[in-house]
Amino acid sequence: MRTQIAPSRTTRLVVLTVVGVIFLIPIVAMLEFSLRAGLDGGYNLGHWTAIFDPENERTYRNLFRGVTNSLILAVVTVVLMLILLVPTMVLVKLRLPRLERPLELICLLPITIPAIVLVVGLAPVYSVVARFFGANAWTLSFAYVILVLPYAYRAIQANLISVDVVTLAEAARTLGAGWGTVIARVIVPNLRRGMLAAAVISVAVVLGEYTIASLLNRINLQTAVVQVSRSDPYAAVIFALLALAFGFLLLFILGRSSRPSRRPS
Amino acid sequence: MTATPATPTTPPSLDPVGGTRVELRGVVKEFPGLRALDGVDLVLDPGELVVLLGPSGCGKTTALRCLAGLEEVTAGSIHIADEDVSGVPTNRRDLGMVFQQYSLFPHLTVMENVEFGLRMRKVPAEDRRRRSQESLDLVGLGEHGKRYAHQLSGGQQQRVALARALVTRPRVLLLDEPLSALDAKVRAGLRDEIRRIQTELGITTLFVTHDQEEALAVADRVAVMNEGRIEQIGTPEELYSTPVSPFVAGFVGLTNRLPGTLSRGMVSVLGATVSVLNHNVPDGEVTAFVRPEDVILGPEGESASVLTSSFLGSLRRTHVQLDLPDHPIVVVQHEVSDVRRPGEKVRLTLRDHAVVVEKR
Repeated sequence: MRTQIAPSRTTRLVVLTVVGVIFLIPIVAMLEFSLRAGLDGGYNLGHWTAIFDPENERTYRNLFRGVTNSLILAVVTVVLMLILLVPTMVLVKLRLPRLERPLELICLLPITIPAIVLVVGLAPVYSVVARFFGANAWTLSFAYVILVLPYAYRAIQANLISVDVVTLAEAARTLGAGWGTVIARVIVPNLRRGMLAAAVISVAVVLGEYTIASLLNRINLQTAVVQVSRSDPYAAVIFALLALAFGFLLLFILGRSSRPSRRPS
Repeated sequence: MTATPATPTTPPSLDPVGGTRVELRGVVKEFPGLRALDGVDLVLDPGELVVLLGPSGCGKTTALRCLAGLEEVTAGSIHIADEDVSGVPTNRRDLGMVFQQYSLFPHLTVMENVEFGLRMRKVPAEDRRRRSQESLDLVGLGEHGKRYAHQLSGGQQQRVALARALVTRPRVLLLDEPLSALDAKVRAGLRDEIRRIQTELGITTLFVTHDQEEALAVADRVAVMNEGRIEQIGTPEELYSTPVSPFVAGFVGLTNRLPGTLSRGMVSVLGATVSVLNHNVPDGEVTAFVRPEDVILGPEGESASVLTSSFLGSLRRTHVQLDLPDHPIVVVQHEVSDVRRPGEKVRLTLRDHAVVVEKR
């Protein structure tokens, strides 16, 4: 008799429906709120069109600035994180396996430190950073790279475990590949799933980050949304919805592009 | 019933590579707290297939990895075509290697995998494609170029790995237990295929295995390793019939360990007196290593009782228990027609064939 390990189709459907509803209720509530015409009932797109109305450009300037800053922060953070983490993890895996545990400890450490404590430590560092790079919002990426390290490390590590990179690297070396080629043409293509997962989770963390930006007096999406919510709660909800939609879209695109290539040679 | 051939009936061929002389001179490899290789000396003549045989942890894979440049030697030197390559990185040693683990690049097709080495050597695309196709044809997978590794069986993956290793016409082919992950039938087929291709191309080959049957089947010569040293190197026949040590006698082929008495280079076992192959054991009580086919079931010798008798096609193998204090069990190989029943009383003696002994 075959032992059934996977849940049945019905169970999966029920679980997915329940989880879907739990996630959907607040999103639908936000959407409903953003479409309200006034306190007496009725719905229209007034609050949505108002945000993009050139007449209100001055009112929402900070909000758009926050969105732009967050997008720049997301890109810079992902790039820095990948440049820092991928070669380090590959090097440790291939050449210095005894450093695997210390590296894991270092990468997971930020998750145990509350953001407020992190800011206390980062504040003097940022006074030095500001001297070299100015007080531009993108400099927050240095802190964000630390913040996303635990999640990114786990995503890449899971991929590293599933692929026998040591044998692949040795096979490539015996075929005449130098170390640069081994990493670029053999290791990285096989870590694409892990790297994309790390990138997605990093973007999500950066788009949702408030504490560090707020305490270091930088404007990002979350600080701007909080600021605008005091005067225009509809705009805050609309931007929160747009950020969510952007996140979903990103997940969808990255999910599709992370599928292994099946192109003919 | 006949087995389906694993290879095409008229396999296509690559141009012969021509062999290269390979030499390991006093190679020592130390890991923290472990001396994996303890002065290994080994010469591979051009076009020769040498098997490194030994139990797990004896250093055979380390020796191969040192030759490949995947491990740095602690002392000694490695020479390929009389050139000292000890300090040359792996990617410049011009080797082909097949690994124990499946090592095809999962993101590339079979054809792209085979082309990889040629790409590293900047071979023009057209030539690259033609040579890769030839190499795939050689291993009988010419039709599988567009597939990915996960779409192939284990045996097919190792054949692609072999094609990939051979396509660059390397000076030396290194095989690190390439068949150990495969099932018995596929293993036997691929073993013969490796030998055919190696002979056809005349490529100097070092093959590592712990499977003595595999070693004896494919090798020109076998080097038996133990605790980081080569105990004996010779043809499969030499190793089997004239082992130089108890370790080799015990590791290669079936062996009976029988009590005997050594005196002036002759050992008395089962009522017979035969000469010994190793002369470094002092006279006295010894254990003699005797092949099953060197034990005779006859009218003379030590008395014993038959335990079991198995029909093995071309021969019969019978287990008998000696009527001695420790009741040692002896394996005897004899004619199929000589049928013995469990419980039957027999007598055992030895053929006049030199044996290895060790102090008891």
